[in-house]
Amino acid sequence: MSIGLFIPCYIDQLYPKVGIATLELLEKLNVQVTYPSGQTCCGQPMANAGYERESLGACQNFVKNFKDFDYVVTPSGSCAYHVKKHYNIMEQTPTTQKVRNNIFELCDFIINVLKIKDVGATFPFRVGLHQSCHGLRGLRLGSCSERVGNHYSYMEDLLQQVKGVRIMPLNRADECCGFGGTFAVTEEAVSIKMGKDKIKDHLNNGVEIITATDMSCLMHLEGLIMRNKQPIKVMHIAEILNSGS
Amino acid sequence: MSHPKLANIFNEDEKKVDWHDKALWFVRHKRDLSAHKVKGWETLREFGHQIKAHTLANLDQYLIEFEKNALSNGIEVHWATNAEEHNKIVHRILKECQAKKVVKSKSMLTEECHLNPFLEERGIEVIDTDLGERIVQLAKESPSHIVLPAIHKNRHEVDDLFQQHLNTKPCNGDPQYLTQKARKHLREKFINADAAITGVNFAIAETGGFVVCTNEGNADMGAHLAPVHIACMGMEKLIPKQDHLGVFLRLLARSATGQPITTYSSHFKTPAKGLKMHIVIVDNGRSEQLGKPDFRASLHCIRCGACMNTCPIYRRSGGHSYNYTIPGPIGSILSPGKDLKKHSSLPFASTLCGSCSDVCPVKIDIHSQLYKWRQIITKEMKQPMLKRKSMKIMGSLFSNPTQFNRFAKFCRWALRNLPKSILYAKPNVWGKSRELPKGPKMSFTEWHQNRENTKRMKNNG
Repeated sequence: MSIGLFIPCYIDQLYPKVGIATLELLEKLNVQVTYPSGQTCCGQPMANAGYERESLGACQNFVKNFKDFDYVVTPSGSCAYHVKKHYNIMEQTPTTQKVRNNIFELCDFIINVLKIKDVGATFPFRVGLHQSCHGLRGLRLGSCSERVGNHYSYMEDLLQQVKGVRIMPLNRADECCGFGGTFAVTEEAVSIKMGKDKIKDHLNNGVEIITATDMSCLMHLEGLIMRNKQPIKVMHIAEILNSGS
Repeated sequence: MSHPKLANIFNEDEKKVDWHDKALWFVRHKRDLSAHKVKGWETLREFGHQIKAHTLANLDQYLIEFEKNALSNGIEVHWATNAEEHNKIVHRILKECQAKKVVKSKSMLTEECHLNPFLEERGIEVIDTDLGERIVQLAKESPSHIVLPAIHKNRHEVDDLFQQHLNTKPCNGDPQYLTQKARKHLREKFINADAAITGVNFAIAETGGFVVCTNEGNADMGAHLAPVHIACMGMEKLIPKQDHLGVFLRLLARSATGQPITTYSSHFKTPAKGLKMHIVIVDNGRSEQLGKPDFRASLHCIRCGACMNTCPIYRRSGGHSYNYTIPGPIGSILSPGKDLKKHSSLPFASTLCGSCSDVCPVKIDIHSQLYKWRQIITKEMKQPMLKRKSMKIMGSLFSNPTQFNRFAKFCRWALRNLPKSILYAKPNVWGKSRELPKGPKMSFTEWHQNRENTKRMKNNG
């Protein structure tokens, strides 16, 4: 099985440690991973801002880089969702369809393709789950509070096996953090308020580390935490799953 | 004013935002508790979705069937292409029966058509009889929510308002006292009304009857006391059969407020002896929306308000920030179809979190429609130059890995080395209340390249 690793543009440039943790984690799980060096971005920033048409080049570049793999794995629910849901702007060649069908968010891949729950990590901290919306309601990486059905969560499945982790319940388990791409800037006041409220929920419930499947949400929350000097940290779930041994 | 500007003003008072957010989250939570008790809730939603989709696909036939049956029930049926026609029809009926005093129960359609000012200008007194609606009417405001019209006002504001208009005594916002006084005030209005106007929640093609849902019984009091009852309905309010009501009545109240059913689900079918009953069926842009396959499902809406209660942006910006009769996520997909220019900021007042679509009792793909409106808006409306240019530049950078890496390297350098006064200068909206990420020296791509090189050297050496 050949696996292409997609590291979203902003993780590549701003949070390389998350990319490294993802790669090391997959290698620990005995997966042969290739990182195509011509990759850039999935196209989401332009598309969500209403400029899908300007994202076509990015989409084509994405398919070109990942067309030869059985699976594409990425530490971002949001980017995986974008490829799955919005690559209908391109011609639906068998190649495009293959990439769209075979892209997986990291936790989803570990649980549902590798069929592994215990990745052998140790992380002795109180952790709060931030359920990034595109992963949760787009890819259905877990059950959401709106829909009626049995509870499940791939993030929880993996974290529960990590030695020392305590998952802290929140008052609002799956409310959006307010990042939303360009929304963070165009609707600054509401975005900030949503982020502040999110952090408060974690702090009120004794969380030391906020984790998520998406670094973009965490970048927004971290920006607020640093500005307001709050006693809490953010870490991508790949970093937790890759810690200790 | 655009949504971000109005939201900004709303956010100047953080305590009020917290209060508004909590009040609506409480309703959303009640909805969860109630919905999660229903076995087959998701199946009910699917039924609701499919019945509405079927009805809209055959709307012409069902409208004719409804008209035929309503007429044979003794109801007079009127057709209005737009708001103006609707208002004229209502005015004509009122004039014919010499009505000077009208009581109205909650109807978002008459809000949409701006019926009140139209009638008031022609010397007719219109009293909104839903308590929340009466409050906003006294305050000369518009409803900020379709189910909880005065949710933006706290009890102390209502206290002041009632002192001013209903001659109540100061009561420190005592809800019981205020409700009693409102009740007494409204009873007088009901008794003296010449005509009653109600909305319609569901009109049934098969029977020619219709159902109005209220918690205060005000529709019944209006319609049963006044000699003339005028029911105003958007043409999408139709359902084919009486049996289908079971699906929608179960979905509606639970989604709206978490109640198993509204206190009054009043069925109207035939006017009582000597009394008159009219139905005004209104298009007002609905046909046009129906003709847009991407946005057709927005007409499934049963006006429960659940998407407002769940929306983290609505809760933190208030209904008035949408500047449209129907605020919140559903209003943001309905309004651009009415006036793209005026409402062009609304589809962007969302993080596309998808909570609205998952909470919607008739499974409208609200967040997908928001995304689709965005694509149309940037094409049809002139966008700020900065936005247009930056999107073009990003698009071209992301198409070219070499250029992208060079540009990104420069940005990381800038994040590390530029002084704060430049990094956090005014154009940096992100940095107003947030820190920027630190610029790492090495990107993942560079790290990976180094690792590959080291591996290769080891293998060769």
